[in-house]
Amino acid sequence: MYNIFKLAARNLKRYKRRTFLTSMLITLGVVAVLMFVSISGSFKTMMIGQITDSMLGHLQIHRKGYLASIDSLPLNRNLSSKQVAKIEQVLVDIDAVDTYTMRIKLGAMFSNFAETTNIRLNAVLPEQELNTVPLLSERIIQGQAAGLIEKGEILIPELIAKGMRVKIGDSIVLVANNKDGSVNGLTLQVRGILEGISGPGGRDGVIHLEDAKTLLRITGVEISEIAIRLKDMNRLPQTYADLTAKLSSIKNQQGQPVFEVHTWEKLSPFFNIAKMIDLMTFFIRIMLVAIVLVSIMNVMIMAVYERINEIGTIAAIGTLPARILGIFMVEGFLLGVLGTAIGTIISLVAIASMNASKISFDFGRQTGLLLAPTISAGEVVVVVLTVIGIAVVASLQPAYKAAKMDPIVALRHV
Amino acid sequence: MSLVVAKNLKKTYVAGDITVNAIQGVDFSIESASFVSFVGPSGSGKSTLLNMIGCLDPPTEGTLQVADNDITRLDRREAARFRGENIGFVFQDFNLIPVLTVFENVEYPLQMVQNWPAGKRRERVQELLEAVGMADQGNKYPGQISGGQKQRVAVARALVTKARLVLADEPTANLDRETATRIIDLMKKMRDEFDTTFIFSTHDPKVVKNAEIIYTLEDGKLIKSQGDNGGHHV
Repeated sequence: MYNIFKLAARNLKRYKRRTFLTSMLITLGVVAVLMFVSISGSFKTMMIGQITDSMLGHLQIHRKGYLASIDSLPLNRNLSSKQVAKIEQVLVDIDAVDTYTMRIKLGAMFSNFAETTNIRLNAVLPEQELNTVPLLSERIIQGQAAGLIEKGEILIPELIAKGMRVKIGDSIVLVANNKDGSVNGLTLQVRGILEGISGPGGRDGVIHLEDAKTLLRITGVEISEIAIRLKDMNRLPQTYADLTAKLSSIKNQQGQPVFEVHTWEKLSPFFNIAKMIDLMTFFIRIMLVAIVLVSIMNVMIMAVYERINEIGTIAAIGTLPARILGIFMVEGFLLGVLGTAIGTIISLVAIASMNASKISFDFGRQTGLLLAPTISAGEVVVVVLTVIGIAVVASLQPAYKAAKMDPIVALRHV
Repeated sequence: MSLVVAKNLKKTYVAGDITVNAIQGVDFSIESASFVSFVGPSGSGKSTLLNMIGCLDPPTEGTLQVADNDITRLDRREAARFRGENIGFVFQDFNLIPVLTVFENVEYPLQMVQNWPAGKRRERVQELLEAVGMADQGNKYPGQISGGQKQRVAVARALVTKARLVLADEPTANLDRETATRIIDLMKKMRDEFDTTFIFSTHDPKVVKNAEIIYTLEDGKLIKSQGDNGGHHV
């Protein structure tokens, strides 16, 4: 085998310029893919982190049918204290669950004593909420972020703050119907202005859970949703499956499941953007495959054509067709390895340099986000093996042609 | 003992409506360790005959035995294996592999065809390079040596596997007279040293006179005669 590699390497060295250009083309493709995967991957991870850690959590549990009617924030579909207790029992048994928070979601009339508008609210327990969605406090663009919220306070979305000309420290009144239809009002003080983000709940205000209970005249426990944070995001699919299996076994009197579990992917439209990024990565990979396939095949066809006489000679002196096939396939393999090795080294150095130089960028209203491209060893291995595999496949046809060549015809070739 | 035996050997080429009878039912036998030349003008069928003996081109009809093997029955893979074990080739254009050194070119059949171990390989290649007077040129590439030297290397490559038969198609056609004579002398010396049968084709009368047995091809027919040097082999 060493001899085949030696012969193949010498033949590549023989056509230095062609080898250089082909391997550079492969290098370029590998660099493009690895850089795109690392940058888009870090962007995707950052955006998913923003969404899950500032609003949604990784998973949410609702009473069955709640999500379908979430636009109307139905209070009659809240979880009862008994149901919450059952869910908590299940969550305690799942190791992947780091923490969770309980929310009441409600709609109310918001009045600054001069004007009135509608507002959607999340009523939370601040400590639980910050443990589950730690970036929520970073969305507070005005006012005190530490501690998130206390009783008697409200965080209002920035659009309402602007529209209603409400400032920090102002008093406002919330008026809401409870699930029985009776109306109640509550005066609160504006603690902070909350930055809006896209997705469900992204433009909701925040109040303390106890204030919501007062406003809605809830005496016991009523919860609209439980948001869950996992210890490791990579365990999401398995945890989702475990949680779904355990909760779906709890049925009501009609034999129907009581709860529904959703991942952030189901809840946020950003998941489609994340899928688009994955799709773009896929097409970039297809382009790399095409580059490698075309360039290696082209070079190997040329190599076979230029060495017909040599093929005739080695065939005449007894080289078996399989070995001739091997000589040319190894040549393609080495071209792939060369281009991939250079491309991988350049990419890893570029990724390390970008991380070291701490490049920041703005995304929407978020400024100074740090570009931190990362790539897993698995991704690198997949790209490397794909390129080398395609290089071998691309050289198969020319190599097969060389192996099948009639020695007489080849020896007569001028 | 006959190394090559051909009976009623025919080769016909068909291209569209045109049929060419290159070899028209020839019979011959060639003894081991003989020095034989096929002579004839261009297109007379010399190369066709050599190609058939060398398992490169199957005959259309007839039987052809080389080293007691009916080579007309060999498939492509078996033919390659047979060539690698029994036959050496010397080509008009030398056909050395340009990316390999002189040493590596001679080593190639041992390494890539017969899979000899490295130690034995080096010993054998060195022996052959010394025999053809190229031992001091082993590290040079084909592009760095003369035509005569290239043909010496080609002879060494043909003999390195201890082939019983060496086929040389116009081995001196691209060499000047003096070099051509030296190559023929070298081939004879190698025959004497290794008891290898040499069959070569040529249309050069000065080269022909060195053969011991001459087969002249005319219109696809074969006429046997004794060369000037017939019976010199000991």
